[in-house]
Amino acid sequence: MAAHSGRSIAVKMTDVCRHFGDVKAVDHLDLEIYDGEFFSLLGPSGSGKTTCLRLIAGFEHATSGSIELHGVEMVKWAPRRIGFVTVGQRLVSVPPYERDVNTVFQDYALFPHMSVGDNVAYGLMIQKVPKAERQRRVSEVLDLVRLPGYESRKPAQLSGGQRQRVALARALVNRPRVLLLDEPLGALDLKLRQQMQIELKAIQQQVGITFVFVTHDQEEALTMSDRLAVFNRGRIEQIGVPAEIYERPTTGFVAGFVGTTNLISGALAQRINGSDQAVSIRPEKIHMVALDAAVEPGWKAVMGSVRDVIYLGMHTRYLVELEGGGDLTVVQQNLETSSIDVHASRGNRVKLTWDTTSIRVLQGQTV
Amino acid sequence: MRSSPALSVSPVMEGQRASLGLKASAGFALLFLHFPILIIILYAFTTEESSFQFPPPGLTTRWVSELFNRTDFWNAFGLSVLVALVATAVALVLGTLLSLALYRSSFFGKESITLLVILPIALPGIVTGIALRSGMSLTGLSFSFWTIVIGHATFCIVTVYNNVIARLRRTGYSQIEASMDLGATSFETFRYIILPNIATALLAGGMLAFALSFDEVIVTTFTAGQQETLPIWIFSQLTRPRDRPVTNVAALFVMATTFIPILLAYRFTNDSQGR
Repeated sequence: MAAHSGRSIAVKMTDVCRHFGDVKAVDHLDLEIYDGEFFSLLGPSGSGKTTCLRLIAGFEHATSGSIELHGVEMVKWAPRRIGFVTVGQRLVSVPPYERDVNTVFQDYALFPHMSVGDNVAYGLMIQKVPKAERQRRVSEVLDLVRLPGYESRKPAQLSGGQRQRVALARALVNRPRVLLLDEPLGALDLKLRQQMQIELKAIQQQVGITFVFVTHDQEEALTMSDRLAVFNRGRIEQIGVPAEIYERPTTGFVAGFVGTTNLISGALAQRINGSDQAVSIRPEKIHMVALDAAVEPGWKAVMGSVRDVIYLGMHTRYLVELEGGGDLTVVQQNLETSSIDVHASRGNRVKLTWDTTSIRVLQGQTV
Repeated sequence: MRSSPALSVSPVMEGQRASLGLKASAGFALLFLHFPILIIILYAFTTEESSFQFPPPGLTTRWVSELFNRTDFWNAFGLSVLVALVATAVALVLGTLLSLALYRSSFFGKESITLLVILPIALPGIVTGIALRSGMSLTGLSFSFWTIVIGHATFCIVTVYNNVIARLRRTGYSQIEASMDLGATSFETFRYIILPNIATALLAGGMLAFALSFDEVIVTTFTAGQQETLPIWIFSQLTRPRDRPVTNVAALFVMATTFIPILLAYRFTNDSQGR
């Protein structure tokens, strides 16, 4: 994004690896996160997104590479010693307590033996902030997360959503330059999660802190992020703004993981796109039209028959078997059709058309 | 109250009443285990000096005051308390450090270290005793108060280690990470997060360690020099039949001193599990 040029960089990872024996949790990672950005790390479990976050927090040590926070290197070479004898060098990381970042943990990690107030004040107490100021800042931040007056409660007395807010307040009260969030909404039910998504985004805009947000929920990542990185098997497949990731996926994995898509390769790709390189087309970009409808210039048309119909209320998903082999998933909005109409269309011969510019040519292997 | 025939082969289900035969044998076993203790309690208050006459011809508390006037008893009691306190303190420090070191890390030989920690309590006391004695004479250590403490600490560490490591596993590592994330150094994290979390485990482990040390006989006989701990004092009293009631009172004393901490330790660990 050109808009980002000139903005200062909060997190910069260059060629970072984190290997656990043979397992390459993070493999040759390059990543730049700008100041004040809401940045998501999106990927399936085991894709390396949480390890990436823990590398930024300092809980994991990089096997190789460089991690800079606001221009300060966090991974350094130090002499390896056995007794007083220096035998080569090893990589050491700046410990978590010397980094200007704070984390909201997946399981919240609240201290059960402390009250909500003491939990939130913990970072300030460690920094030896005077008691009066501590209390003021704690009550301020509890207001921000909409838990005013909860200072004396114990974590065990709170609901899941409230604990999540306390964890957020405990991190925010220290005014870190970067806030790391490790699937913070994962344990909440759907309604609460959607509500917290809106609140988190509002809080981020209010405090102006860089948020690095780990999630496996593609919808969450698309709705909340300024930019996001899609992780797969320890590597980043694509970085971009949500619309870019959805509209112009560069790999089969991104196209398949973010939203649903038709991944086409081999003979079918040859027929549809004129080359056997793998392509992706979103189901909603394909139009199902009458057999005699005219095809606009720049549009492609194929014939097929409806094999399966899934009625989803707002829209319907059709599985269309193409003449000459292969099939495509098509999504049509139920603007004027009813469930009876759509179910009756099973077995019908149909014409599918799409704008050829909505076809995305993919790099790498498909999923 | 219904009871099925004693020999009927039926699966034992929850809530089902035990058979009469099982009840009787359980009762007998309990009686067999605890009858000698009842005898000791009873004959601590008998008016008869040396023989076990049943029933006791009369009851008196004069043996209590007689025991309290004997300096050899108080010396032995004082030594036992001191040894138990110091051994417990050593076990608390070493056991905590050990469990902190072992609970998250995995390295070559970790299982061997765990085994070595548990070994002193698994081995027969006589083996530990002989091993310690030959080890100490090999290093030229003269037998003293401190050799008793070392001997006791070897098996006291286990109780602290087991309690603390179980608590640490339950606490979860993310609390420790959260503390470091919020700027606390390792020492601050230990003070504000780890210690409050393991406090009751330390108390329970420490009390068990105290009780174990306080009534230990076998290892003590091998590691003590001229000192006499209370259990050894009681043991030597057995050769003096005329002192039998006094010895029984002393035995009551040992029971009370070890039983109460164990009971409290049990309460502490159970309470914290309920949280």
